[in-house]
Amino acid sequence: MAGMIRTTRRVLPGFGLTMGYTLAYLSLIALIPLSTILLKTEGMGWVRFWHVVLSPRVIAAYKLSIGASLIAAAINSVFGFIVAWTLSRYEFPGKGALDALVDLPFALPTSVAGITLTSIYAQNGIIGRLFVPFGIKIAFAPLGIVVALTFIGLPFVVRTVQPVLQELEAELEEAAATLGATRLQTFRRVIGPAMLPALITGFALAFARALGEYGSVVFISGNMPMHTEVVPLLIMTRLEEFDYQGATAIALVMLVLSFTMLFGINLLQRWSASRYAAG
Amino acid sequence: MPPVEQLPSGPSGSRAVDGSSGAAGGRVPVSEASASLCRATEDPVWARRLIIGVATGFLGIFLIVPLVSVFAEALNQGVGLYFAAITDPEALSAIRLTLLTAAIAVPLNLVFGLAASWAITRFEFHGKNLLTTLIDLPFAVSPVIAGMIYVLMFGAHGWFGGWLMEHNIRIIFAVPGIVLATTFVTFPFVARELIPVMEASGTDEELAAITLGATGWQTFYRITLPKVKWGLLYGVIICNARAMGEFGAVSVVSGHIRGLTNTMPLYVEILYNDYNFTASFAVASLLTALALVTLVAKRVIGGKVEHPRLPTVAGDGVEREAA
Repeated sequence: MAGMIRTTRRVLPGFGLTMGYTLAYLSLIALIPLSTILLKTEGMGWVRFWHVVLSPRVIAAYKLSIGASLIAAAINSVFGFIVAWTLSRYEFPGKGALDALVDLPFALPTSVAGITLTSIYAQNGIIGRLFVPFGIKIAFAPLGIVVALTFIGLPFVVRTVQPVLQELEAELEEAAATLGATRLQTFRRVIGPAMLPALITGFALAFARALGEYGSVVFISGNMPMHTEVVPLLIMTRLEEFDYQGATAIALVMLVLSFTMLFGINLLQRWSASRYAAG
Repeated sequence: MPPVEQLPSGPSGSRAVDGSSGAAGGRVPVSEASASLCRATEDPVWARRLIIGVATGFLGIFLIVPLVSVFAEALNQGVGLYFAAITDPEALSAIRLTLLTAAIAVPLNLVFGLAASWAITRFEFHGKNLLTTLIDLPFAVSPVIAGMIYVLMFGAHGWFGGWLMEHNIRIIFAVPGIVLATTFVTFPFVARELIPVMEASGTDEELAAITLGATGWQTFYRITLPKVKWGLLYGVIICNARAMGEFGAVSVVSGHIRGLTNTMPLYVEILYNDYNFTASFAVASLLTALALVTLVAKRVIGGKVEHPRLPTVAGDGVEREAA
């Protein structure tokens, strides 16, 4: 078998061409441009680097970005699971359209999402005005950032959990039921554990996406330094001030964080895939 | 997964079948014998209603309200103003630039996607996992950083800034920068879609063609391309939607020069910041319509692509094969 595969690889042509093209393209479009960040920050020296990335305004931005992204990802995990459950288990009118709409946040340009959410959640907006009597401000406050990031991350949990729920074999639940489990016990002991890897992956994906989000947040946040300024916006501000070293230093910290996340997600998906295959 | 016919599987008969999943085929109807099992494995009616209510409520607030309000805001000053806004010369130039950008970035990424998926699925080599992960790179990079790296390369103070200045070539704050940033942000989409499709389609037919004397190109055009065409189209549609809609990365490199370097998403921002809300939402409604067309196309074509899907950072529902 292994021998056959090796022959296969030799017979099909085009390895040099496609591999060469792929690597050249990746290098030109992504790797060489990304390396500018390392070289730029290397030139600034450790002292200045730490001075920039640990300044109070930058720390406040990290805290806000990470905090708001975590909250949004958590909201999406809870409601995303419920949505995935509904779409994969129940029939009701309009389900097909709702299912297709779940991908809207991917397809909608972030600036459109930004202005729309701002108009809805502003104090005179159709949802924002409902919260005015309670003294709750959504747009131009940290809460608005959470709303935007929830919108942006909405598809991730749904689309990670949904296929796993659909593939989950009915026999498992039947076995639990015949063995005398109540529906709640079946959910907690059988369905829950099977869903956990997908749920964690969805959470991580939503979080990673939220962390770097700029377009939808910039409109709704109000962009006040120390208060509603997220990291991507701070990088943008530094670039507009032509403070390229400051921008790259902050960007480097973000990149390290994002790459760690990407690596973690890849491991998670492999873990999830192997469990999925074994289950 | 074992064939479903083996057992009268109670709840699966009544279980929802998603249009995009090909696994729906052989479900058997609920048999009488399993009626009690069915009760034990299905959620009580009150729970079902509650769950559907929460799910539709959440989607209603987060998806339908925004969707409706884009069009409501765009049309609230009447149809005349709406058409005036989208036929304004600046709007038309933004539309042209958006189309031009997509017309360059999408074909580039299409060729890249074909090359990368051929190399990854047809051959064994060291570092394959690394290469596959590298293709995901843009998902881990904030759009602002994606734009920034090109400013660091080609901006006035960038690596090639001086040289470009001498030769009077503008990349940053000009169209080439916009195309580059868009290409970076959208390069994974075609490749990510094609890799699992090509993996699943196997190499038997290609090998047969080669042994019968076909050249590599003939094999590719006549055998591989027809096999993966739906996956390819799916990837192109998603890539195109993102290329036309990219905001953050393009925002960094564009310089916001009206009539020259404004794409549609940037023009939406400019109008909004000018308090010209109706015009802003009018242009936004065009992008929203594009998004809706993309969703419909995704659904139609997604049903034709047969391979296991799990979401990725891109969220377009593609993952390497689970098995």
